[in-house]
Amino acid sequence: MNFDKELDARGLNCPLPILRTKKSLAELTAGQVLKVIATDPGSVKDMQAFAKQTGNELLSSAEAGGEFMFFMKKK
Amino acid sequence: MSKKLAIIATKGTLDWAYPPYILASTAAALGYDVQVFFTFYGLQLVRKDLSALKVSPLGNPGMPMKMPFGPKWFRAINWNIPNIIQANIPGFETLATALMKQTIKNNGVASIAELREMCQEADVKFLACQMTVELFGFEHSDFIDGLEFVGAATFFDFAGESDICLYI
Repeated sequence: MNFDKELDARGLNCPLPILRTKKSLAELTAGQVLKVIATDPGSVKDMQAFAKQTGNELLSSAEAGGEFMFFMKKK
Repeated sequence: MSKKLAIIATKGTLDWAYPPYILASTAAALGYDVQVFFTFYGLQLVRKDLSALKVSPLGNPGMPMKMPFGPKWFRAINWNIPNIIQANIPGFETLATALMKQTIKNNGVASIAELREMCQEADVKFLACQMTVELFGFEHSDFIDGLEFVGAATFFDFAGESDICLYI
C-alpha cells in the first residue's frame, strides 16, 4: 500500500504509539496516509479506538512476526 | 465541541505519577480538552525537579519486586522482602526506584518528564492548588512554566462542564 510517511513505534509502549501517531498525522495533509509499525500488542485495539474517536481512517491493520503494521488515512 | 476530561492528581510517587499523565496525554491526542488539577502530594508532579518522585515497595503488597537485568529465570523471581527488613535498610526506596526506572526503560515506557512534555505540547492545562503550595512551603519558582496557581473553585469551573472527571 502507498503511504506518505512512516512511523517506527517499535519497542514503544502505551501510550507512546498513539501519541507519536497523532504527532505524525499532524505533519500530513488531509487524505495522506501514515504507515505505523509497532510491537505493543495493545496498539491493535488502540489504533482502532484512536481512528474511531478522531475520525482518521484506519485503512488496514496486519500482524507479521510479532510486529503490527497500520495504515492510517488522515481526515 | 470537544469532549472534556478533568483530572485531580493527588499522589506524589513515581508509580502514581503515571496515570494522570498517561490519561491526560492520550485524551489530548484523541481531541479532548484536558485540565489537570495538582493538589497535595500531586504537586511533586509539576516541580521542575522530578527527582523527588520515588517508588516504595514498603507496605505495598501489590508491587512485584523483580530485577530488570540478568537471565530470564533471575528476572522472573519475585523478591519477597519482609516490611521490617525493607524499613531497616537505609536507601531501600532509592534502590527500588533505580530498579523501577530501569524496568520502565526496558519496557519502552515513557519517562514522566517525557509524558509531561507531551501533555504541554498538546495544550493540556495544568492547575496547581495554591493552598497546598503554601502549606508545603513551596515557591512558585519550584514549578514548571505554564502552571496556573488557583483554588478549587477555578477547577470546578472546568470540571463542572467535563464529560469525565477522575480523582487520582
